[in-house]
Amino acid sequence: MTCDEAEVMLHALIDDELDAGHTRDVEAHAATCARCAAQLAAYRDLQQAMQRNNLRYTAPASLRRSIDRVVPSPVTTSRRTLLKGFAIGSLASAAAASGLTLMVMREDQDKRILGEAVSAHLRSLQADHLTDVLSSDQHTVKPWFNGRIDLAPPVIDLTAQGFTLIGGRLDFIDGKPVAAIVYRRRVHVINLFVAQGIGTPVALPRLESVQGFNVRRWTDQGLNFLAISDLNRDELEEFAAKFERAAGPAGAT
Amino acid sequence: MAYEGGVDRNKAERFRLGALPYLDDVYTLARYLLRNNADAEDAAQECYLRAFRHFETFRGGPIKPWLLAILRNVCRAEYARRSMLAATLSDDLDEAECASAGLWSETQSPEAETLQRLDGETVQRLIAQLPQAFREVIVLREVNDLSYREIADVTEVPVGTVMSRLARGRALLRAAWLAEEKGS
Repeated sequence: MTCDEAEVMLHALIDDELDAGHTRDVEAHAATCARCAAQLAAYRDLQQAMQRNNLRYTAPASLRRSIDRVVPSPVTTSRRTLLKGFAIGSLASAAAASGLTLMVMREDQDKRILGEAVSAHLRSLQADHLTDVLSSDQHTVKPWFNGRIDLAPPVIDLTAQGFTLIGGRLDFIDGKPVAAIVYRRRVHVINLFVAQGIGTPVALPRLESVQGFNVRRWTDQGLNFLAISDLNRDELEEFAAKFERAAGPAGAT
Repeated sequence: MAYEGGVDRNKAERFRLGALPYLDDVYTLARYLLRNNADAEDAAQECYLRAFRHFETFRGGPIKPWLLAILRNVCRAEYARRSMLAATLSDDLDEAECASAGLWSETQSPEAETLQRLDGETVQRLIAQLPQAFREVIVLREVNDLSYREIADVTEVPVGTVMSRLARGRALLRAAWLAEEKGS
């Protein structure tokens, strides 16, 4: 074995990557070559010196939580599975009846998005999942979304109107990042999801009931809004109306 | 198409059990490659998002190298965004970088002295200062504890290249370590 070969192979030796034959070759070379023996000792020393330190970084808890949110948890997947299964079944029949494809797909997408909105709302109610930025100041919450999502959601403090701004968070619906703005009315949490293109634009505002939650959807200035809460229908309507009025052309965002 | 192979409970649970335990490994590599916390967090999150989305394409075997390969691709996209791609990933430039630093030739005859103890943060900084191609093999080997074969798969180069990069990376690191000792 030449020194050039040994120079590279000695690393494989200290990394335990050599078979018995090559190990003997490198060791035999080092036994007769002072220079390569010095290198072997030097890199063993380096490896040991590195191993004395903890060179790993620990993922921050906030990262762990946001990844946790991306992957459906066992609790929420069962509900999603049902919806997805339904969607795929319908999709297959839609392909057969091609005239109906577009309509059926939209309906499926609609159901899936409602289901995912419910899942996201439920996840947010679990400990520590409600907000990434905790502030009742709209001028703190709004800039927080800069660089995290490619839209500037209107963040409006409605405390005077009876809906307290709690904060904001990044969430995912239909595989896309959405801005979640969080409000509270008495003990009821309202998640207001804002995104470009979650589902089809809603021509007329709609109030629906899904799995015991009320959902109000509307589209404004190219953004789709979806408010979800266990609040009663009248008060959720009131929330949406007040938000829309404040977000309107005259309202500052 | 929005129906990505059907998100079933099995898939989500297998992914959680298999992939989440390696979050620190993923974050560690991201932190070394991107050299700041915020970008490393974003890259790790994007890595898990992509990994979950493409979990069907995972063909079994150890999952850690698969995740780290995805992470590395995310980081390369980030380099491209920073317009550093040409400067960091080309072999020629790496060699030029080392030659101009004069470190490689200097370490041809290493002193047999024993390295003194440095604190962890200092060693992390020394590793972070290595040129990209050497830094990633050093981290994959010494910190993520991958085999040469796995490192070759993650970095998309032959095993022989992994070995020569490790040799040079260690030479640079040892030289930097000795310089740090003398400086402090």
